[in-house]
Amino acid sequence: MNLTLKIWRQAGPKAKGEMVTYPVTDISEDMSFLEMLDVLNEQLNARGEEPIAFDSDCREGICGMCGLMISGKAHGPEVTTTCQLHMRSFSDGDEITIEPWRADAFPVIKDLVVDRGSFDRIIQAGGFISANTGSAPEAHSVPVPKPKADRAFMAAACIGCGACVAACPNASGMLFMGAKITHLGELPQGQPERDARVVNMVSQHDHEGFGGCTNIGECSSACPKEIPLDVINQLNKDLRGALMRGE
Amino acid sequence: MTTTSTTPSSSVPGLVHGVYAEGEPIRDTKAPPGPIDRRWNTRKFEASLVNPANRRKLSVIIVGTGLAGGAAAATLGEAGYQVKSFCYQDSPRRAHSIAAQGGINAAKNYKEDGDSVYRLFYDTVKGGDYRSRESNVYRLAEVSTNIIDQCVAQGVPFAREYGGLLDNRSFGGVQVSRTFYARGQTGQQLLIGAYQALERQVAAGTVEMFSRHEMLEVVVVDGKARGIIARDLVTGEIETHLADAVVLASGGYGNVFYLSTNAMGSNVTATWRAHRKGAHFANPCYTQIHPTCIPVAGEHQSKLTLMSESLRNDGRIWVPKNAADCEKDPREIPEEDRDYYLERIYPSFGNLVPRDIASRQAKNVCDEGRGVGPKVGDFRRGVYLDFTDALKRMSAEAVAEKYGNLLDMYQRITGENPYEVPMRIYPAVHYTMGGLWVDYDLQSSIPGLFVTGEANFSDHGANRLGASALMQGLADGYFVLPHTIRDYLARGPFEKLEESHEAVVEARASVDARVQKFLSIKGDRSVDSFHKELGNIMWEFCGMERSEEGLLKAIDLIRGLRDEFWRNVKVLGAADTLNQSLEKAGRVADFLELGELMCIDALHRRESCGGHFRAESQTEDGEALRHDDEYAYVAAWEWGGQDGAPVLHKEDLVYEFVEMKQRSYK
Amino acid sequence: MKMLMAGSGALFVFYVLVHMYGNLKIFAGVDAFNEYAEHLRTLFTPFLPYAGFLWLFRVLLIAALVAHAWSAFYLWSRARGARTTRYVAKAAARATVKSKMMRWGGVALLLFLVWHLLQFTIVKFNVGSLPAEGNPGLLVISSFQVWWVVLIYLLALVALGLHLYHGVWSATQTLGWAGNAAARRRAKTLGTVIALVTSVGFALPPLAILFGLVKGS
Repeated sequence: MNLTLKIWRQAGPKAKGEMVTYPVTDISEDMSFLEMLDVLNEQLNARGEEPIAFDSDCREGICGMCGLMISGKAHGPEVTTTCQLHMRSFSDGDEITIEPWRADAFPVIKDLVVDRGSFDRIIQAGGFISANTGSAPEAHSVPVPKPKADRAFMAAACIGCGACVAACPNASGMLFMGAKITHLGELPQGQPERDARVVNMVSQHDHEGFGGCTNIGECSSACPKEIPLDVINQLNKDLRGALMRGE
Repeated sequence: MTTTSTTPSSSVPGLVHGVYAEGEPIRDTKAPPGPIDRRWNTRKFEASLVNPANRRKLSVIIVGTGLAGGAAAATLGEAGYQVKSFCYQDSPRRAHSIAAQGGINAAKNYKEDGDSVYRLFYDTVKGGDYRSRESNVYRLAEVSTNIIDQCVAQGVPFAREYGGLLDNRSFGGVQVSRTFYARGQTGQQLLIGAYQALERQVAAGTVEMFSRHEMLEVVVVDGKARGIIARDLVTGEIETHLADAVVLASGGYGNVFYLSTNAMGSNVTATWRAHRKGAHFANPCYTQIHPTCIPVAGEHQSKLTLMSESLRNDGRIWVPKNAADCEKDPREIPEEDRDYYLERIYPSFGNLVPRDIASRQAKNVCDEGRGVGPKVGDFRRGVYLDFTDALKRMSAEAVAEKYGNLLDMYQRITGENPYEVPMRIYPAVHYTMGGLWVDYDLQSSIPGLFVTGEANFSDHGANRLGASALMQGLADGYFVLPHTIRDYLARGPFEKLEESHEAVVEARASVDARVQKFLSIKGDRSVDSFHKELGNIMWEFCGMERSEEGLLKAIDLIRGLRDEFWRNVKVLGAADTLNQSLEKAGRVADFLELGELMCIDALHRRESCGGHFRAESQTEDGEALRHDDEYAYVAAWEWGGQDGAPVLHKEDLVYEFVEMKQRSYK
Repeated sequence: MKMLMAGSGALFVFYVLVHMYGNLKIFAGVDAFNEYAEHLRTLFTPFLPYAGFLWLFRVLLIAALVAHAWSAFYLWSRARGARTTRYVAKAAARATVKSKMMRWGGVALLLFLVWHLLQFTIVKFNVGSLPAEGNPGLLVISSFQVWWVVLIYLLALVALGLHLYHGVWSATQTLGWAGNAAARRRAKTLGTVIALVTSVGFALPPLAILFGLVKGS
């Protein structure tokens, strides 16, 4: 198939960017979206133009490194990561716009590459259970009811790709944060730090410049791991409880 | 030692096969003597202690943030050392450990099915085809139980039973259920656990994190590893980082094959640079080919995707009996025209034979012309993995509960529905057992340079069992390295080192020069085209089946390709900005050197062993034939200089506890 | 901030329900309506002075209004600040009119509120033809005999309905009361019911007046 790509090019963090149009031809529907960009990059390289910078690593939908806004949708038209999106989801003659995640908390580094360090700093603020190596009790000493373990797992499936922020009209990181709050909050091991965790993470989130949540639900629709909106509810509930307890 | 007069065309007289020299054997690996179950305790006790107040004054650099690196950084940070942690990704959470699906072994014996530390040790030594060290493997089995405790305490959401206790499954042809798992995302959950522990230390100020940084050189001063030269991938700045010890946890080198299940950025640069500075590289030809990957769809393919081999628990593998049926819809091929070849050849293990056997047999049937799926080149490279019987036996819901995410992934990539049409699978490079040589303390042949996880060679011998990579990464990171590096650091603080020291300046200058060299060649071919070509050579001649003739040819081809690379590679852009072509150029340049060493190692090892099959060494019915009398050793290669030949140091493997047997799964 | 939004919003939900109940009194006749109006002013007397409760309530409402509007403005400006470079192409996956309209619907409601208070509470101007001086019931009837007044009200009620529909569910989410699928369904149903009841409930008196079902005498 033949396609017209409109791609955001930006030379560096402070440079002014612009959309540039690139036609691509002979794209196979078995290619992944990123392989299609690889093909384009090989052509650019051959022509002496600098290839388009974009992030990707595992290319099997789990590391969370890739992420493009494809014709206005985070990770494109399917519920999956950009690397797992295949060209059979598009038709011959399509015009596709490709942009980086847009959020001030995710500044653009170059072309389609953004800096998601703000997510790491949110985790640093409290997204962990303090258990020094070697201090752990026997694993079977604390049983975890299966429904709780399953819900924790569901929330822990988050890959930290940032699609929720990219899709949110407010550029809010609440789904990412809610997933971590829910994951650790469902487990008995996570209880001692539960109040402090939510308060500190939310405070860091706001400090990073993410927007607030107005319960629109775009995040959950864009999430490649289908994390439900529940987790934001859980976050709000935990936050309300923590504030009432004076945390 | 079998020597022949055959040599590659570019051979050097006086060398074995014209390509390598033999040096002194390695006699001591520092494992304490005595009963095997006491050795690790002995070592821990004898390792010197570092006063908590002194730890702040001691610094450690850790390259890589996967299970082995992330866990080590977190643990050393908790202990109070000054840690600097590096990864090339945008966040430590992206390391490729995250992609491991199946599970992690531990000798908890929760199922009371006869498992024990000793049995895990025994299975691992046997699974490694008697090419790993008993002492190391026993230690691995011993600390495996601590890993589970630690991960549960961190909040890793392992699968549980209704009673709230942890669930286990049997994995990869093992007859006890000792594998802990978190659906098909065990690696992800374990890595996120280590990542969170790491970020906690970043917040505490004990670990300084450098993401989007790539290590390009190790700094060796007075024979000791004292730091690294790294490139900030965003600004392009070449930075010097000095410390009292350096840990490489940079993963495996499967991407030398271009197509592998590794991440796009996985590379050998950190370990290869260390090798060039004096660290021995052990068993480089030991690579693992995983049997259940999604087949290549076309020339554009950038990577291969693995599906957990747990699929073999319920799926049946077959190809048509007649090559004429290969293009037919598999559902229309009657039962009597199907060849369930693993069940036929290995009646007692059937579809659950170890990885190497499943892979090699898949290759054999495809080479016979009975492969299925699209033709790539001249061959159809695929066999069916059929869930029809499982769906009849179990209900679609039960299958989805167990394998849902894997089957969904398959459908997303291939566009075919595995609940209706049998899946197609083909082997792909997945893991490298080889790596930098380390002693019992995980210290390389450069003092102060430690190597953990897949980056070292230590525990899997010639073949790794399923669910053991996660175990080894975390064992090294959480429980082994923190003790052994302590013994080294206790000799510090080491002499203060200035960035102006001659060795530091020289290391930095060499990195600068290399970067400028790539940009100045201005040739005609892209980095990727060289990488693909190298991958083809490696897969063809140093893949599942190797022969002397093929390997000699490969060595010549690689030398030619490397020569062309340095004359004709085209890297656009600048050095002082994010430049992904430049990053790739450095990685491929190192792969081009490693590839040759892998072929030399494969060439010298004239036996079929573990993950690789040597055409000249097989039984009458075509099974792998080991030669314990000649090759029961670790091949540790010393860098022979830019124009010199590598030097082989043999470390004999002595089996005191496990009797060496020819593996048989018939 | 969001809790302030949700809390003040919840107060309004309660208030509009009471207000609607009062409005429906018009069906019982002008006198009943006036009696109700007077009752509001004498509630809790002699503990509170005449109209004391009403003023207390008004103060509370004004505070809530300020809080609601301020937090809305704050969230809005924060969202703008969180994405200063806009997308060239942005397709919504499921953001529906109601959630996008929260802001503009809210602004419209605020404007309407000014008009509404001027008309019936502060100035009490009469655009109709009935003599309504000092008689709230008659003022209402007189006003809604004018078609364009009714139209303004109906438009405002549509905005109110949409605002409540998303607002009620959103508040339950913000307060952490929609923790699972069932609770979320209940919250959405509750939002729909409240939105329908209030908009229909408020729409009945003006329509009835316009079509002559309730007369001034």
